[in-house]
Amino acid sequence: MIKGKVAKVSGPLVIANNMSGVQMFEIVRVGEKELFGEVIETKGDLASIQVYEETEGLKVGEEVISTGNPLSVELGPGIMGGIYDGIQRPLKALRDMQGDFISRGISVSALDKNKKWLFQVIAKQGDQLASGDFLGFVQETLLVKHYIMVPPGLSGKLLEIKEGEFTISENIAILKDSDGIEHNISMMQKYPVRIGRPFTDKLQPDEPLITGQRVFDSMFPIFKGGTACIPGPFGSGKTVMQHQLARWSDADIIIYVGCGERGNEMTEVLIDFPELKDPRSGRPLMERTVLIANTSNMPVAAREASVFTGIAIAEYFRDMGYNVAMMADSTSRWAEAMREVSGRLEEMPGEEGYPAYLGSRVASFYERAGKVKTVGNPGRTASLSVIGAVSPPGGDLSDPVVQATLREVRVFWGLDSRLAFARHFPSINWLISYSLYSHEFEKYFEKGELKSFNNIRKWTLKVLEEEAELQEIVRLVGMDALSPNDRLTLEVARSIREDFLQQNSYHEIDTYTSLNKQFLMLKVISTYEETARLAVQKEVEIEAILALPLKESISRMKEIKETELEKLENLAVKVKELITGLVGGRA
Amino acid sequence: MITKEYLGASSIAGPLMVVEGVKGVGYEELVEIKSKDRFTLGKVLEVSGDKAVIQLFESPQGLDPQSLRIHFTGKSLRLGVSLEMLGRVLDGLGRPRDGGAPPLAENFIDINGRPINPFSRAYPNEFIETGISSIDGLNVLVRGQKLPIFSGSGMPHMRIAAQIVRQAKVLKSGESFAVIFAGMGITFEEANFLIKDFEASGAMERTTVFLNLANEPVIERIAIPRVTLTLAEYLAFNHNYHVLVILADMTNYCEALREVSAARKEIPGRRGYPGYMYTDLSTIYERAGRIQGKIGSITQIPILTMPEDDRTHPIPDLTGYITEGQVFLSRALHRKGIYPPVDVLPSLSRLMTKGIGAGKTREDHSDLSNQLFSAYARGREARELAIILGEGALLDVDKKFLRFADVFETRFLRQGEYESRSVIETLEKSWQILSLLPVEELKRVRKEFITKYLDKYLSQVGDVQEENIL
Repeated sequence: MIKGKVAKVSGPLVIANNMSGVQMFEIVRVGEKELFGEVIETKGDLASIQVYEETEGLKVGEEVISTGNPLSVELGPGIMGGIYDGIQRPLKALRDMQGDFISRGISVSALDKNKKWLFQVIAKQGDQLASGDFLGFVQETLLVKHYIMVPPGLSGKLLEIKEGEFTISENIAILKDSDGIEHNISMMQKYPVRIGRPFTDKLQPDEPLITGQRVFDSMFPIFKGGTACIPGPFGSGKTVMQHQLARWSDADIIIYVGCGERGNEMTEVLIDFPELKDPRSGRPLMERTVLIANTSNMPVAAREASVFTGIAIAEYFRDMGYNVAMMADSTSRWAEAMREVSGRLEEMPGEEGYPAYLGSRVASFYERAGKVKTVGNPGRTASLSVIGAVSPPGGDLSDPVVQATLREVRVFWGLDSRLAFARHFPSINWLISYSLYSHEFEKYFEKGELKSFNNIRKWTLKVLEEEAELQEIVRLVGMDALSPNDRLTLEVARSIREDFLQQNSYHEIDTYTSLNKQFLMLKVISTYEETARLAVQKEVEIEAILALPLKESISRMKEIKETELEKLENLAVKVKELITGLVGGRA
Repeated sequence: MITKEYLGASSIAGPLMVVEGVKGVGYEELVEIKSKDRFTLGKVLEVSGDKAVIQLFESPQGLDPQSLRIHFTGKSLRLGVSLEMLGRVLDGLGRPRDGGAPPLAENFIDINGRPINPFSRAYPNEFIETGISSIDGLNVLVRGQKLPIFSGSGMPHMRIAAQIVRQAKVLKSGESFAVIFAGMGITFEEANFLIKDFEASGAMERTTVFLNLANEPVIERIAIPRVTLTLAEYLAFNHNYHVLVILADMTNYCEALREVSAARKEIPGRRGYPGYMYTDLSTIYERAGRIQGKIGSITQIPILTMPEDDRTHPIPDLTGYITEGQVFLSRALHRKGIYPPVDVLPSLSRLMTKGIGAGKTREDHSDLSNQLFSAYARGREARELAIILGEGALLDVDKKFLRFADVFETRFLRQGEYESRSVIETLEKSWQILSLLPVEELKRVRKEFITKYLDKYLSQVGDVQEENIL
């Protein structure tokens, strides 16, 4: 144990002397109040420490004590449904101990050490086990089977394993390693947050993450194990989209990190998630969710740690074989926390005052996503998808954080304030967004039932592109100058925008759309286009087609229940009949 | 506890003072500075070895560094709070400036406050009726929200703030209600207008004003929002008041922050503002809210003037990322003589969905506001097109949207400064002007609402119908 003394205090940064021997990224306790801090720089016997709690009142000369451990998370049963601050202190326990306002210097265990869990055995006595192998499991919630694995770095022969009710600190197994040393294993393990958990192999993502959001699933899909970013100015709906993804994604586990965002938004998640039902299992969404809430007014250094705390928990569940999705809202605040600490360290600034290592930090975060073959037996493939919101100043995409992120992520959902002003939500601009999984997406559908999805998707993107070009012409010469064919294209594009892309998160049915329904909706619009195009060729007046009483039923497609999808098929038939009827009338 | 007094500072530069040879000084500690004829306060910004950097809360004018007596109090800056402060006009540190006696403190509270545990927060969902259609109809204010007004110099933001204070009510009665106004760097006339208006409407007796005028030292502005919110928290969470906090003008606050940062020679972020401005602002704005199990609430309306009406300027930009929406004022509407000149398209209330609907306002409110937004957006697009091509080049349906946009501005947005419209009046007015559009274009509202609320306005035909509205 190393004991030093505070030499300087400047906001969240404390410099201590007499600290020689302390390791980088080691946790230290600072001052009489024993505030949590992490060593981020050492020079001679000086150590720079970022402190995770308010440093008000801290004096020069107070003691700094090293703990010998890096910043770690506690992993084990009891973590599901939890809500933590940036350094994994449970907010509920903090409230019970200190009341409605957060104060300082309190260490609380992240997991409940008294609760007993029913541990069911998988491994057998005498088995040769390596790290990652399943010892057994706890049915933590109805949605989540929490597997207990041999912790990273351990292997050997299983001398003893006990089934029954245990707390997470009681021993459930004894493992004897090759040196003959016996290791007691409990259901809880600790793991440093800044180091990625090991895996056997990284695989190419080959299955889409279905989000129930039409603009994502049909236009710019993300894959399980993929990375995406949502940059946009304030008010463009980043947080609503992140919430929608957390609600409806078909991942097994959701880790939601509210990093430097609004307190009331975290409260909304806290109130909604226990009530919202998972569309597949019908269970409360909270049963598969872990929340990390480090709101903007909570200490800035803990904000920096919060995304790592989140991803360390996410990787733990990935190792059990689950498809995990992590949302980070917003990574800009995380980058700003880095900038603030870097500024106080008087480091040479890079662009916009951000530290020069911004890019590598962003990369090291997103690279922890992926589809992997995990370590351990039984062999399992699992994925960790990461979706980061970015809040660039003024919505300017040349912002260093956006640029550093775009170099890493495979899917870009660009938000557009003009769309938001017109209340076109989700206000994803279809002209600037992209998904580099398009190719995989096509391969995925070639195998499945919805083979023609690929064609219809390409058709949709094409129409939208054509619309953008035609709009330019309309702006110059007016609508009247367009040919009937072009008028039709504009009408179809309008329908795609308003009747398909727009989706109301607060409408009980519209909030989630299955892939099947998305396909059928597009099918209706494309049927409209096809038959209308034919009718125009046969010299039916475009006005006559536009005047057909179809607009309303097409615009109400969104409100059709998932259980009544035949209505969409009927609508396509009706569209065909009515338009062909016009041709018949002429002939 | 033994506290120490030191003689003489080694330097004073702008708002910063450095004292050397100190021992046992705490970060953020309150410092009392005595000169021959003055008593000034400051706080410790940095301690390093035996050196302390102190930020002064008042102007250093007339201070002689060598002869100062500097007393480190060992405590952070505290505000003596009490119910007596209602009805008073105080300065940036809570001292009277209305000639009255200092209010007797019931308790002393650290002005920095502490973050509300997100787990303890109660979600803001109680509708506040402001009587202003552009807010009640489209950008609803709820209790516990922070909803800033983004304005520019020369626009009537103070009058709108005064109107909200006069008219705001919750659709329930029998609750205590208080207003705290923090004036940072505003002019005497603005401050005077507000205080007179509060007095005339009888609101003054439940109002506290903290004031630092434009000609007074810049650095006094830094403590004002925190002092204000400390009193607000005391009233809300200890005395069950529903507190409305108006902070004007946040631009002046941010400039004071920049001044201190520059004096400390910190690495500047965008436009010279410090890199930690987001964090600093959040410690002000996030003090709005409600707490489970407590009756009171804090609702914030910060007002800021955007330099050159530029919404990407760091001050409105960072504010918009923290607050739960924003109300934009538009110079174009203001020039057209429309009061209040609220540009509804970029305006937003994030907490709106939970504060409206059946049982709160009316079932059709949410659909209706979506419909108004998209119809007005389309009308504005048509207007732009008409400017280039002439109105004749528009399609018939676009002409209708254009007409809608005009009527929307003159009949819905515009209202009298002393005209209070109930939310039902606002909603009915919305349906009335929506009847100018073809029914099949009203895609955002549910069918049943159209039959229930719109049909009665549709029975009137063509021009007659329009005249009825106008």
